[in-house]
Amino acid sequence: MFEYCSDPSSLETTRWFACYLTNGVHMRFYSSFLTVLSLLAITAPVALAFGFLGAMASRSHLLPLRALGKLYTSMVRGVPDIAFFLFFVIALDQALEWVNHQIQCPDWDEPIRQGANFVVCQAAKIPLSSAPQWMHEVYNYFIAVFTFSIVFGAFAANVLFGAMQSVPHAQIETAEAYGMTRRQSFWRILVPQMWIYALPGLSNLWMILIKATPLLFLLGVEDIVYWARELGGSRTSQFAYPHGDWRLWYFLGLLVFYLCFTKVSEVVLGRITRRLSHGQATMGGEAQRKAAA
Amino acid sequence: MSCWETVQAYAFRSLGYGERLLPRGDITLCEQITLIGSGLIWNVYFGLFALFLGFFLAVALAVAKSSPRAVIRKPAEWFIFVFRGSPLFIQFFLAYFALVNLPEEITTASRVIDISWLTDPFARAWLGALIVLFLNTSAYSGEIFYGALRSVPKGDLEAADAYGMTGWRRFRRIVFPTTMRLAWPAYTNEAIFLFHATTLVYFSGFPAFRQQGDALYYAQYFADRTFNPFVPYPIVAVYFVIVTLIVITVFGMINRRLNRHLPAARRQRVRYRPNLIR
Repeated sequence: MFEYCSDPSSLETTRWFACYLTNGVHMRFYSSFLTVLSLLAITAPVALAFGFLGAMASRSHLLPLRALGKLYTSMVRGVPDIAFFLFFVIALDQALEWVNHQIQCPDWDEPIRQGANFVVCQAAKIPLSSAPQWMHEVYNYFIAVFTFSIVFGAFAANVLFGAMQSVPHAQIETAEAYGMTRRQSFWRILVPQMWIYALPGLSNLWMILIKATPLLFLLGVEDIVYWARELGGSRTSQFAYPHGDWRLWYFLGLLVFYLCFTKVSEVVLGRITRRLSHGQATMGGEAQRKAAA
Repeated sequence: MSCWETVQAYAFRSLGYGERLLPRGDITLCEQITLIGSGLIWNVYFGLFALFLGFFLAVALAVAKSSPRAVIRKPAEWFIFVFRGSPLFIQFFLAYFALVNLPEEITTASRVIDISWLTDPFARAWLGALIVLFLNTSAYSGEIFYGALRSVPKGDLEAADAYGMTGWRRFRRIVFPTTMRLAWPAYTNEAIFLFHATTLVYFSGFPAFRQQGDALYYAQYFADRTFNPFVPYPIVAVYFVIVTLIVITVFGMINRRLNRHLPAARRQRVRYRPNLIR
């Protein structure tokens, strides 16, 4: 980074740290923060969409669809989410390879599960074993994002279902009295009004999602936890920057990062809640009205 | 090996009794169910102790946070903020490295005194992780109790004043029971998710000493061995659904007792509110 970094062993403390914190692996550490942020940016809307579909399904009049929706919304209640994370990563991977196997090698006659092995033909491997390393990393990342979206979609479905139930029933009855169909009253009356009821739950969910991001590490993605462990481990004098076991300090850094992140989110979400409560027939809206009067 | 022999060999494997080697080669369903159930002992241990000890600290934190004096209020606020604002996963890592590094520093600094007999248990999951879970659940429950403490009806306090109750007596007989009654539904959820959070322990730095892990640790072992996630993880799921149902039953009984003086329409029902990964 700086030109005086060519011989780190001769530097005094400040400069040594300036060089140490800007070397190549640290740059990869900093960019892994972007990995985490991009995970949040993709997962949040996708999970919201999954949640919306789940909540819609559990309100459906068709029994199988409703059962499916109920199953999806209740699957996260009794079971630790980490179990889902560990499960979906392998299950999704195997499902994709199985489907690909059926397409690519239709005349394959050996069983896919052979004892403790899961064997698909070479052409069906995802990504191909000849693919470059970055393809594997990108594939792992998207499997992880999809897993997060499924699990958090279930949480969001819970919240949105509750919000849809909380919209005063008289509103729907009025819509039907005006001759709106079920679909029309859903999209024109229910959906616009449900967000204020969903907001406390969704804010909570956003905080949970932020705090779940270190679990990316468990899903095999090179995220900030991975790099903090890597960089913090002690380095002998063979390395350019020898140091003791500094993992404690790296994780302290991560702790501060998360504390700042949740604090900022809390403030922003508080503002959004206040804005959306304006003029609503809820406790928050009533409090605003009284304060103004 | 028959299934009963498997149960004898692995039922207490997670505590270090029975067969030393984990099953390998052809893994039967019976082995999976037994060993994962054996790991569940650790989840229940962490959950029960953290919940029990955390209850007292949580009450203290809630009272401290609602104190008018900043000297008492500020530390409680910061404690709750730090533990609720950061991921439990990071807290585990941080605690593990702190508990491993600090004793080493002290030992190298003093050279003479060997304190490893004192500090070693802290670097092990059974104590180190329990401390983290205890502090973490205290912070979450403390916030729940604080919210409930603030919503104790004004009329109750005025009535207490009218009877001449003050200080400790008023707290013990009026404020505390009402706080518990108001907080209980949310506290039930906290208890459920504390049990779920115990599955993080063996994935977060704390090593499984001689492969004595919790339910999810063994489930992952089997999933890695058989390359078939469709058996071990559903087993974990069934075990945890049972634990969740037991927690709901026990807490529901306490809830009924806390609400027994109220007319049926004003009683609070326990409702599911997610407060999941921490």
